[in-house]
Amino acid sequence: MDQHEPLSLNVPEPEVRPGGQPDFSSVKIPSAGAIRRPDVDEDPENMRDLAFGIIRVLNRNGEAVGPWAGTLTDGELRAGLEHMLTLRTYDARMMNAQRQGKTSFYMQHLGEEAVSCAFQQVLRQGDMNFPTYRQAGLLISSGYPLVTMMNQVYSNEADPLRGRQLPIMYSSKEHGFFSISGNLATQYIQAVGWAMASAISGDDKIAAAWIGDGSTAESDFHAALVFASTYKAPVVLNIVNNQWAISTFQGIARGGSGTFAARGHGFGIPALRVDGNDFLAVHAVGKWAAERARRNLGPTIVEYVTYRAGGHSTSDDPSAYRPKEESDAWPLGDPVLRLKAHLIARGLWSEERHKQLEAEVHDRVITAQKEAEAIGTLHTGRRPSPRDMFEDVYEEMPPHLIAQRHQAGY
Amino acid sequence: MARMTMIEAIQNALDISMGRDERVVVFGEDVGYFGGVFRCTAGLQKKYGRSRCFDTPISELGIVGAAIGMAAYGLKPCVEIQFADYVYPAYDQIVSEAARLRYRSAGGFTCPLVVRMPAGGGIYGGQTHSQSPEALFTHVAGLKVVVPSTPADAKGLLTAAIEDPDPVIFLEPKRIYNGPFDGHHDRPIVPWKKHEGGEVDENYYKTPLGKAAIRRQGEGLTVLAYGTMVHVAMAAVEEAGIDAEVIDLRTLVPLDTKTIMESVRKTGRCVIVHEATQTSGFGAELAAQVQAECFYHLEAPIMRVAGWDTPYPHSQEWDYFPGPARIIRALNAVMEA
Ligand SMILES: Cc1ncc(C[n+]2csc(CCOP(=O)(O)OP(=O)(O)O)c2C)c(N)n1
Repeated sequence: MDQHEPLSLNVPEPEVRPGGQPDFSSVKIPSAGAIRRPDVDEDPENMRDLAFGIIRVLNRNGEAVGPWAGTLTDGELRAGLEHMLTLRTYDARMMNAQRQGKTSFYMQHLGEEAVSCAFQQVLRQGDMNFPTYRQAGLLISSGYPLVTMMNQVYSNEADPLRGRQLPIMYSSKEHGFFSISGNLATQYIQAVGWAMASAISGDDKIAAAWIGDGSTAESDFHAALVFASTYKAPVVLNIVNNQWAISTFQGIARGGSGTFAARGHGFGIPALRVDGNDFLAVHAVGKWAAERARRNLGPTIVEYVTYRAGGHSTSDDPSAYRPKEESDAWPLGDPVLRLKAHLIARGLWSEERHKQLEAEVHDRVITAQKEAEAIGTLHTGRRPSPRDMFEDVYEEMPPHLIAQRHQAGY
Repeated sequence: MARMTMIEAIQNALDISMGRDERVVVFGEDVGYFGGVFRCTAGLQKKYGRSRCFDTPISELGIVGAAIGMAAYGLKPCVEIQFADYVYPAYDQIVSEAARLRYRSAGGFTCPLVVRMPAGGGIYGGQTHSQSPEALFTHVAGLKVVVPSTPADAKGLLTAAIEDPDPVIFLEPKRIYNGPFDGHHDRPIVPWKKHEGGEVDENYYKTPLGKAAIRRQGEGLTVLAYGTMVHVAMAAVEEAGIDAEVIDLRTLVPLDTKTIMESVRKTGRCVIVHEATQTSGFGAELAAQVQAECFYHLEAPIMRVAGWDTPYPHSQEWDYFPGPARIIRALNAVMEA
């Protein structure tokens, strides 16, 4: 018998903790334009390399280069910048509102704005997102009214969800935004089911599933991959890798697998990794994946490599588990600044116009906020009636609920 | 009218529902080509095609999660969990998602979905093929819970469940799939095909959810039961020679409290029978409601006859199963009190 050392448990740790020097040298970043663009009907077997690189379009000079460039018009690019700025401004105001006690809780998107804002532009009316809580950009880019979002954050009388949901768990069928669940990952397999239903019905609509890096450890994620690959569902399986799941670094959910995208390989699902802070790259890859789905070629996994620059939520203090300077050290930059630089390099934008847009967006957000606050906030103003609490449990209220509603005094 | 087993009645309900509404889709483990291990979906794939009746990977979470997405799209999925004992991997999807989708989206998204599953014991299934998990679902706001006791009801209630706008848990008492069972395991059973209780209308019909059936009229005592236990209770009442009213609940949520309370007010006595373990079982809910509504009419304490608070044992299952002898003891005790 061979002699061995006693066994010991492997618990992955991030490279740096608070007090240390931020170090992203292990994040291998190919230069913009370096990664090839296969045809959408390419055999997944022939594109396994795409799960390991990072597809990028914008180079350091703000130029769009390589085979993934050129999927957006000038107008769409400017709209994208405006959506990202709107989301960022909205986040800042709502974070502040939470600090002022006007709502209980908030979650922001700082640093991740490009992911949802660019992706929404590849979808069509009738397609359905199954989002998590960090994709409000999907709503903003689809024109969902800011004031309605705020009404929900405040749980006021005009909250479309009647004060039943957490502030950021929006829902809008018309805007292709499935009702957000607080139970992580459950939406992933539901998105696949929705896509299967579209295929069963001979429809032309596709679904987009969304999940965070940490939540990919849930069984729902794996069930979704099994179903999506078995039935070749018309779905884009998005993974937003923002490096952190509350205080837990992405290596805990990823384990020994090279990347989150590579999870698709065992299922024969094409898997691509993309620079999540590059608006153009996100759009190009999203468009490629959406086209695959629309052409009945099946699912695609897309991993967005990004960084959660803010706290996990208003209840979180990230300085307790990562160096304060880490977000500035993130090598893929800020999505807003990068798109702005691109537009300026193209002669489509200027510092003055940017300042002007910032002021406009700011005004718009403040106007919406005033309108929402005039109706009410969590603890003041007009709120949904508790009578409403008993509605929508079932389509028709059964006798026992009617009795309980009377008992409650309504 | 034709005589059908409960399996055939369920198959017939699925067939008619799929024929009437092309949004109805049926899937689960072994459900497609083979027609299900209990044959409840036999022939459906052949008739309606592979995209409306198909086999799935062995992933209960996946089956229910995908069905929720389909329901949100606008289809009407009726999925099969091979045995109720295997529904737990899908429990989060049922409880946190299906049950609350309408509520949390304020009606924006709905979940008209049926989850069928064979439940209950008495088939030598051991502790992983015998459970009666109804209480885990009746406790969840937003779900409806149905347990039929006859082929005709299985068909009518399943049809109603498929057409219902809300998620329905449909528990099929597998002990009575092929014939009624009076709890005497050592006596031959008469299959539904040879039993007048096996009569089923071959045409389309619905049995409304939320309505109990009075299986036996009586004045002395009210027995509340559902599923297999309706038959066992009926046998016990006859053997005990007690003039009991036997109520088959059929739907646990919503519950037909009107029929229950009228009966208990009349008889002044109540025995509740179910197969599931006693503690926190659905019988506790029934007892609480009956005492709250009928306290001044009661002449004896309400009694429960239920499975013991153990897992379902394999070789001792007839000691576990609440058979006629245990029910008769309770009936006599309540009558003498
Ligand atoms: C099933 C479940 N378990 C735990 C939680 C608590 N929780 C909320 S967010 C979160 C971290 C999620 O991290 P990730 O998926 O990486 O998304 P991110 O917040 O980074 O965008 C946890 C553990 C939950 N909401 N649901």
